[in-house]
Amino acid sequence: MLYRTAGQFKTSYEADQALFPVKQDAFLLGFILVLAWVIFPLTASEFTFQTLLIPILIYSLAALGLNILTGYAGQLSLGTAAFMGVGAYACYKMITIMPWMNPIIAILLSGVFSAGVGVAFGIPSLRIKGFYLAIATLAAQFFLVWLFEKWAWLYNYNASGAIQVPNLDIFGLYVSGPQADSIVQYYLVLFIVCLLTWVCINLTRGNLGRTWKATRDMDIAAELIGINLMKSKLTAFAISSYIVGVAGALFVFMWRGAAEPNLFDIPLSFRILFIAIIGGLGSILGNYLGAILIVGLPVVLNLVPEALGIPLSSSMVEHLNFMIVGGLIVFFLIVEPHGLAQLWRLLREKLILWPFPY
Amino acid sequence: MLRDIFINPFVDMYEAPDLFLQTLWEGLVSGVLYALIALGFVLIFRSSRIFNFAQGIMVVFAALTLVGLYAYGIPAWIAVLLTLGVMFVLAVSIERVVLRPLVGQPDIILFMATIGVSLFLIGLGEIIFGGENKQMITSELGIPTGETLLEPWGGLLILPHLDITVVVVGGVLVAALLAFLNYTKMGRAIRALGDDHQAALSVGISLQTIWVLVWFIAGIIALVTGIAWGARAGVSFALEVIAYKALPVLMLGGLESITGAIVGGLMIGILEKLFDGYWGYPILGGNTETWFAFVLALIVLLFRPQGLFGERIIERV
Repeated sequence: MLYRTAGQFKTSYEADQALFPVKQDAFLLGFILVLAWVIFPLTASEFTFQTLLIPILIYSLAALGLNILTGYAGQLSLGTAAFMGVGAYACYKMITIMPWMNPIIAILLSGVFSAGVGVAFGIPSLRIKGFYLAIATLAAQFFLVWLFEKWAWLYNYNASGAIQVPNLDIFGLYVSGPQADSIVQYYLVLFIVCLLTWVCINLTRGNLGRTWKATRDMDIAAELIGINLMKSKLTAFAISSYIVGVAGALFVFMWRGAAEPNLFDIPLSFRILFIAIIGGLGSILGNYLGAILIVGLPVVLNLVPEALGIPLSSSMVEHLNFMIVGGLIVFFLIVEPHGLAQLWRLLREKLILWPFPY
Repeated sequence: MLRDIFINPFVDMYEAPDLFLQTLWEGLVSGVLYALIALGFVLIFRSSRIFNFAQGIMVVFAALTLVGLYAYGIPAWIAVLLTLGVMFVLAVSIERVVLRPLVGQPDIILFMATIGVSLFLIGLGEIIFGGENKQMITSELGIPTGETLLEPWGGLLILPHLDITVVVVGGVLVAALLAFLNYTKMGRAIRALGDDHQAALSVGISLQTIWVLVWFIAGIIALVTGIAWGARAGVSFALEVIAYKALPVLMLGGLESITGAIVGGLMIGILEKLFDGYWGYPILGGNTETWFAFVLALIVLLFRPQGLFGERIIERV
């Protein structure tokens, strides 16, 4: 009923290829955008901004980057957190060397550095495949984190070895550092996330995206039909690492406020991989659904015992969190290995026919 | 700079042969442990194509269970047996709850499932036994703790008895595993399953039994490694780091190869100690052990994409 597609005729190929061939999809997206741009910022408290809205956006951006590489181009990577680190440190260095720089531009530029590093670590993918490649990306993970720790130039020879985000402003409005308002940071993150999502949707629909998908489905066959594998894999690594790097810069500058090298350690990589897989590999929407689940769940779990009046120590809650998240991951993989995005797709098919069975 | 890389380390090795031998020895000890963990991985991978990320957590979990049971007042050797029982129950329940419903899914899904399992085990272990660092019950298990001092060429070589035990027990365990795989019916079934799933199933090998079996063997290996490593570094979830070390071993040796796991483990154990001692520490500021093994494996893989002993990858369209 709600999702009836009857009567929406396509009279040209262009209309058929449009971003929203079904009108309701466009309405739905519009509704979500209004929610994100207007309703949430007006109603959210400081706590919601800091524990839910901003991290969900940043995590979904990182997962989007990983999804380009793993879901679209089929190259499994376990080094996402390290590339986030490259973005964060690059942004930090640019900001401290050139303090007059516009923070948005610095953040968007910092992705370029991680794209470069990503391509360098992506070169082995031309010869190594599958799990071997996954472990090879772990080389990036461990090496880069070690580098963040040992290369004192990166953190400006701080005694603490950590990077501290300075107060930055755009036309007098603080966007990062202790003086920044959450709502300003939220809007900035939202802007960048929307921008990059829009770019990604169109990239994955276009020529490049199809090349990636062909590489993912079978790289030898793709090569035989004339796809340049080197180009396809390395562009995937570059674009994925770019997005992940931007997410890393946002992660530190808009959310954490400070970063130590071990922040970018392997648990963060896995967290993002969880988001991408539970959300659905090869789907853009999935990243957001996955991030909502993985970021939101611990927050909710923390609130539940209090609400029910069960006295639990905070360490107990943390351990329970681990168990529940681990169990849920297994549960979701068993119930729907293709992720939450697939659930939405099924739901949509049902909605189109509802209330009739056929 | 070039001198630091190409000449000085070798001069150091020549001038202080005792230090060199000490480094080699330490490398050998950790190499045996890497090889053991890698064997657990390889067995599971061969029989079910599952890349078991939970292996490292199983090491910690086994060690924690052992120490925790002992803390409840159970005698040490009975605690070992009980821990083996727990690992068996774990193997059965993983097979039932996680693997069986996921048969036939893409590799990456199974891989993620094992990460889910490892998160679950971390939470469970910490809730039951607490998260703080614990002392391994070394002497209660009858593991010698003294040291033997040798003086080759007027230098000093320290061989802790614990490490000697680790090498001997590790060696015996590897030999026993190889004998099991080669000379028993069950072992042959495991290898058959690794070679060809369909063919193995068609001659009546039970997939479920074998899966439980390999996970249980991985559990036994985990317990042994957990005791050995726990005795050196204490028991806590920081131990899982050694499981990451087993990954480059797998890459280097080849994911399917048992020989590869052993040779790769020893190679990586020794080479990373040598590199850190003679190149990493003087030139790069130390702690290179976190990544050296990965980079080494990566370089080897560039020339042999299937690892040193892995099956030749044949791809068809």
